[in-house]
Parts: sequence; structure tokens; C-alpha cells
Amino acid sequence: MSMDWIEIGSLSEIPRLGARVVQAGKIPVALFRTADDQVFAMHDRCPHKQGPLSEGIVHGRQVTCPLHNWVIDLQSGEAAAPDHGAAACFAAKVENGTVWLKHP
Amino acid sequence: MNMIPRKRPHLVVVGNGMAGMRTVEELLARAPDAYDITVFGAEPHPNYNRILLSSVLAGEKEVGEIIINPRSWYAENHIALHTDEPITALDPQARIVTSESGRVTPYDTLLLATGSKPLAPPIPGLNLPGVCSFRDVKDVDQMIAASQTHRRAVVIGGGLLGLEAAWGLKRRGMSVAVVHLMPTLMERQLDRTAGELLQRDLDSRGIAFFTNGQTEEIYGENRVEGVRLADGRDIPADLVVMAIGIRPEISLAKQAGLDANRGVVVGDDMRTTDPHIYAVGECAEHRGQCFGLVAPLWDMAKICADRLAGIDAPLFAAPKMSTRLKITGIDVFSAGVLAAADESEDEITFSDAAAGIYKKLVIRDDKLVGAVLYGDVADGAWYFDLMCKGANLGDLRPAMIFGAKSNDSDPLAAVAAMPDDAQVCGCNGVSKGAILGCIKAKGLTTLDEVRAHSKASASCGSCTPQVGQLLALALGTGQVAEIVPTVCKCTSHTHEEVRAAIREHGLKSMAEIRKRMGWSTPDGCAKCRPALNYYLLCAWPGDYADDSRSRFVNERVHANIQKDGTFSVVPRMWGGLTNPTELRAIADVVEKYEIPTVKVTGGQRIDLLGVKKQDLPGVWADLNRAGMVSGHAYAKGLRTVKTCVGSEWCRFGTQDSTGLGVKLEKLMWGAWTPHKVKLAVSGCPRNCAEASIKDIGVVCIEAGYEILVGGNGGIELRGTDKLATVKSEDEVLEYSGAFLQLYREQARYLDRTAHWVARVGIDYVRQRIVEDETGRKDLYRRFLFAQSFSQTDPWAERAAGTDAHEFKLMASVE
Repeated sequence: MSMDWIEIGSLSEIPRLGARVVQAGKIPVALFRTADDQVFAMHDRCPHKQGPLSEGIVHGRQVTCPLHNWVIDLQSGEAAAPDHGAAACFAAKVENGTVWLKHP
Repeated sequence: MNMIPRKRPHLVVVGNGMAGMRTVEELLARAPDAYDITVFGAEPHPNYNRILLSSVLAGEKEVGEIIINPRSWYAENHIALHTDEPITALDPQARIVTSESGRVTPYDTLLLATGSKPLAPPIPGLNLPGVCSFRDVKDVDQMIAASQTHRRAVVIGGGLLGLEAAWGLKRRGMSVAVVHLMPTLMERQLDRTAGELLQRDLDSRGIAFFTNGQTEEIYGENRVEGVRLADGRDIPADLVVMAIGIRPEISLAKQAGLDANRGVVVGDDMRTTDPHIYAVGECAEHRGQCFGLVAPLWDMAKICADRLAGIDAPLFAAPKMSTRLKITGIDVFSAGVLAAADESEDEITFSDAAAGIYKKLVIRDDKLVGAVLYGDVADGAWYFDLMCKGANLGDLRPAMIFGAKSNDSDPLAAVAAMPDDAQVCGCNGVSKGAILGCIKAKGLTTLDEVRAHSKASASCGSCTPQVGQLLALALGTGQVAEIVPTVCKCTSHTHEEVRAAIREHGLKSMAEIRKRMGWSTPDGCAKCRPALNYYLLCAWPGDYADDSRSRFVNERVHANIQKDGTFSVVPRMWGGLTNPTELRAIADVVEKYEIPTVKVTGGQRIDLLGVKKQDLPGVWADLNRAGMVSGHAYAKGLRTVKTCVGSEWCRFGTQDSTGLGVKLEKLMWGAWTPHKVKLAVSGCPRNCAEASIKDIGVVCIEAGYEILVGGNGGIELRGTDKLATVKSEDEVLEYSGAFLQLYREQARYLDRTAHWVARVGIDYVRQRIVEDETGRKDLYRRFLFAQSFSQTDPWAERAAGTDAHEFKLMASVE
């Protein structure tokens, strides 16, 4: 499996304060876009009960899981206290309006 | 030297702060004419409430508002006050003090109340312009000035003081980073979990944290430019606030040869090793312990005043202490030990992540020895009182983590049980007895009056619930003043304040609301965004564009998310009626998309469960073709109108309940409301449609229609209240529509009609809907106007391509 950067698409395809899902092999990867147009990539499964984080409300650098309101940090993937657990994070970047994902 | 002979002994007080002046106040209350009093203060101000400097920094108070004793108070009590005049020398043999300006003053009795000075670690750069501490008015002035001309602040120290400084600077628009030596914040008051919760909440308000951060150097050329940590991290800064702690100010005592370790050594009677010299406050050391919190200082003031007045009363014993943090919207309480030390101690913990609540109690030998509360501190005073009394817990123990109320059906029991001298308001040092005395003496009846007269809860406000309960206790009403909730932790404003501001200032976007009302987060949170979106939608129908990113997933994609991430689809069946075409279409779509479960719902329609997200638009298109539209089973909006068969078929039916149900559903479908809304219409008082537990229920009778409102069959069963009896179907529509609009305009987001009606009272609702005919018609008109924008089938729009990105993968890669 290669470890190269893969071109995913245009930043404009991800709604601001929203997310889109990329199916990377067997792994669903959520790409989040914050208010200031930063993009974060994370396994689309909440560490709590595997809820689809891509469907949550994005605020600041966090997303709130739609199933039971766990708050997950977009940079670290970690659940905010007092919950414990972490979603796997992947490298993502935006260059000239194009979103790239490092293959997980 | 002042040689005028004195008739009375001369008391000189060195230090014009809270402990010194409280002692003078207590002395005047006991023996108003015992001394001639002279006070020296190093600062240019009269005595002010140092605890509230954080409120001044945060812009919540002016310096004038935190003055405890104005200059007029000194004059009225014939106290000679010398401000801006520090004492630099003390000669205990000659019994004289000398001030910086050279003034020599003899004393008979001296009171040292010199307080503390900020701790300054031995690191380079402390003297650079732009570096200050957080101790007095001068520091706050400097910080406020810096916030107006500079952008980046670093606060060194993640304890109580540092965090309040950080929050104040953030409120003043600076970008703020906190450097803290330890892994978690406020580690002396909070355990790890509470410390992490606190960091999460402050982080979401935009404060950055560098924990495990040891400051190595503060650097800059002509002004501070940044802070460098020992591990190499580098934080740029235009302002650096040192808030790592305080140290008793004892230079005068040491120079005079009094016994002093960390503080000036005092006995149980507050006397130093010189019989003519007393010491109180942060500068005093009692049995090896120095105090920085206000409660023990007040005790010292009382004991010292007793001695000065010649009363041979109780001795000082270090009281138990509790801590609260004064940051708007963040509730923290801590007292006693933070964690079980060994097997003889037990911990009871409670945690509700979604609500941001965490509680821990530490128990030893059936006694409470520690409490850490985060998010819900209402029971802090109760726990603290149990600790102070050393009460055996016994039967209290199993449910005590849920608070005082869980153990007693009387909500006032906890405050009633508190002793009169228990301190309720820590900021202003007001006891339960003082509050009750003030209420009685002045005949107070409202919380605001109690606040104005007694000062209890007038500062940080965290004791507001207890003060409200004491008022209720005093008035004998048994009614606890309602604490109006804020929208969420991003703001200190209530739902009502936000809705009023939207109307009054014509606010048309969430960003405008957050800016105008001082939100602490740049784009809100998962709690306030849906609420603000609804309030704007309700206030400006047709004008405000719904923000799908502020909708919970179900409302964004118009289907209900299930535990496995699939969705359920519920088409509308008007009044519970269906026909072969619809049923055939449902059967076809279930087979075509291999939908695993089909279920009849409690609201008389059919639920298709387990639909894959990408299949939703196709499922909807097929259902649309058979004439079916969204049932809004996912919405905070109109769900179902349940009906019985009524006079068309039933031998008991008095009216056409099914037909009326369809008319109500056609009137109300598509409306967004604060929470879900369910209706029912029963054809006779046998009430087969269960109308009396619905948000709006109609029961047909021979003479017309009974309209019932505010029922709920959910977690907490609530029967409806009767709104009115009317004669015609048109009146049912008008009254029901007007009621729904009143609910839309006035309820808090996520209030069901049952909560809202219970709160405002059915009499109010009747007055608005039944008695005020013009008002009712206006409400109904506004409802119809709003509906003219909302009755578009969201499924048809999405089947035709709207929001296509919601239902497709962005990409697939191998």
C-alpha cells in the first residue's frame, strides 16, 4: 500500500462547518472543514459507539457526535473529558483549493 | 512626630486591604469608641474587594463598583487614612512606624495586615515592559491598556488566578495562551478529570494551553516579545501576566524582629510574638499555615476584633475552605481532599459527559472529607456544610452524589439545615444569618433586593440558588425563585434575552447575535447553534435562510439516524389515512432498496427502517411518485395527527374527527417549532386517539370541540390543560394555530409544549388565546404567514438534487 498523498477533490465540495466522507479501502474517512477553512481527516467512527462523526455538528476545532453527543477534538481525535477514547486521525492538507489525504 | 496627647489608645493599621478593614469594621461593631484609628495603605485606593479584580478585568464591573469602604466611611468613623503611603520601618521598642514619605507615627497597638505579593520566579525578562502580575488595580489597569493596543497575551500559571486573568483578557479581545507547570489545571483544587473538563471548556472558548510547561525565559528587545519554555516551545506575546502564586508580605515584620517563617507567626488570638502587635490576613501564619482564601480571613478579623475590644472570646481555628472559580458560565467547586488517599477512603463519582457535569465525593469513616464539582455546583454549600460539621453520612450516602434534593423532598431542607454562621456568599463574606437578618429587617421580597442590600450573590453569582432558597425560606412561600437557564456554556444570556435582542436589534444572523451578545466561542457549539438557527427562522420567516450546518443530522438530511448509521423513512399519512396506491408504493420501495424492517408507528403511519444514506433520494423519489411527502418524523416540528374514525363510521362518534385531523395536519405540516409537536383528534369523550396526552388534543363532543394543550406521554407523563370549547372546525383551526404560534414565539428551544405551559401557566395561555380575540387572530395570521414559506416537501427537493453532497461519498480511494 502506498504512503503517498492522494488528491481527493476541491475544498468547495466540503461544506464549511461540515464534513464529507472518503471511502479509503475499507476505512470510511471523514474530512472536516472548519470555519477558517482548515481540513482535518479522521476515521468516521466515534470511539464511543461507532457513530458517524461526519454527521455531527462542527464547532471550533471539535465535532459533536450525532449519536450521544461525545465531543471529539479534530486535531487529536481524542474525546473531551470526562469521556475517554480516541478516533484515528489521518494527515490531510489543502493546497490551492485542492484537498489531499495521506493514504491511511 | 505627632505629640498631641491622646485620650484613647492609638491603633495603627498597616495595610488598607480586605483583612485589615474587616477587622476595623468588626472592632467598630464591638467597641466603636475604644481606639483612635490610623490606617496606612500602599495603594492609592480606599479598601476594595480584591477578589473581584477578575470581574473588572473581564469588563463586568468598574473599579468604583468593587470599593468596599469609600473614603466617606473612614471620615464617618473618624479614621485617619493615608493612602499611597507604604510603611517602610517598624520599631517595636519605641512603638513607632515610619512611612515611605518619612511620616513617623506612634502606636499603642499595631495591626499588621500587609497581605501578599506575587511570586516572581527567577527567570530572565521579568522586568521587561509588558510583563505584569495580577494582584492590584494597577496591574488590571496595565492589562486593560495592553488589551487595547496589543493582541497576544500569555498568562503564566494555570491556577485560579491565572485562569481568571486569561478569561478576562480573552473577553477583552486578546488571543490568550496559558502556560502551566503541571499536567492539569488548578491541580490543587481539582482532580484530573475536573481539570481536563475545565481545560476543554476554556479551550472551546479559544484559550490555548501549554501544560507541563516550564517557563525558561521571557524575551524581547524594548518590550516583551515572547515566552520560551524549557522544552523549546516558543510562544509569541505582547503581554505576559505572571500568576503562579502569592507569598506573604512580611518584610516589615522581619525587619522588626518578629517571629516569621512563611508568614508572621500569630497565636490562636492573632497576636504576634510582640504583645502590642497583631497580624491578620494573608501575611499571618497560624500553626504553620498561611491563608489565601477569604473565609479564614473573615474568621481572623472577628477573633482579632474581639481581642482589640477586650473580649476574651473564642480562639482561631483554621476553618475548612472551599473554592469557586469566577468565570462566567463555568461552574467549579472544590473543598477538602481531591482523591482517596488509601483503602480506608472511598470515592463516589458521577459523570454526564453530554451535560458537562462531573462530581466526586471522598468519604472516610462515614464522613465526607472532600468534594470536587464541575458543571453543577448547586450542592456545593450542602456538601461543604456536611464536611464542616463532620456529620456521619449514614442513610445519606447512597444518593448523596445526586445532591441535597435527592435525600429530601423539601428543596429548602438543605439551606434550612445550615447553621446561621455558615457562609453563603464567599465573594462578599455574607453568612446565612446575615442574609436572613437583612431580608427581615428591610422587608425584602425579591432576589434583586436581597442582592442589593446584603451583597450576597452580588459578585460572582454562584451562590444565587442558595440565596434564592433562603429568600423562599424567609418568606415562607416554599417557592424557590426560578433560575433562568442560559442558552449554553458559550454565553451568559438566557433564551429570552437572546430572542428579545433578535427582535429589538433586528439581528438577522447567528454571527450578529454572537458578536452583539458577547459569545465566548467563534462559531458556537452543538447546543446553541440549533437554538439560534430556530430563533432566527421563527423571527424572520421568508427572510432568514436556514443554516443546514446548524441542524442536527436528522433535520439536515430529513431522515432519522439509527444506531448503526442507517436511516429511517416515515412518509406522511394524513390523519392516519392511507390507500392502495400508497401501500403498493411502500411495498415496492421496500423490495427495491432491500429495506430490512417495516413497522407501524404509534402515530398511525409506517416506518421504513435501515435505509442506507445514499439510497434516501431514490426512496423519496419513488414515494413522491405515489403522492407521498415527508412525514417530518425527524423534525422539531409537526409530527403526526392521530385520529379515531369518528362519526363517519363509529356508532359513538359525535363529529368527523378523521376529517378534522386531516385539516389540522394540512394546516400545520412543515412548521418548525422549539421541539416536536404531536396532535390527536378523538371523535367522542372515550378519547380513542389519546388526545389528552398530546401537545394539542381535540375531543369532539355533541356541542362542538374541546381543545386541550400541553400534554405529554413521554418521560414525564403530563395530562393536557383545557384551553377552550369551541363550536366550529374553523375555530379549532384558528385556536390551535394561534396556540402553536405562541409556543413557537415564546418557548425556549427544546421545550416541549408541556414544559412551556407548565412554566407560564395555562391561565396565561388562555388569556392570550381565548380572552384576547385580536391577539389570537394576529397570532394565527403570523402562523399562516410563516407557513407560506415552510410547506415545501423537503424530500421532493432532495430527490431533485438539492444538497446532493449530503448523500454521496466525496471520493473512493483504494
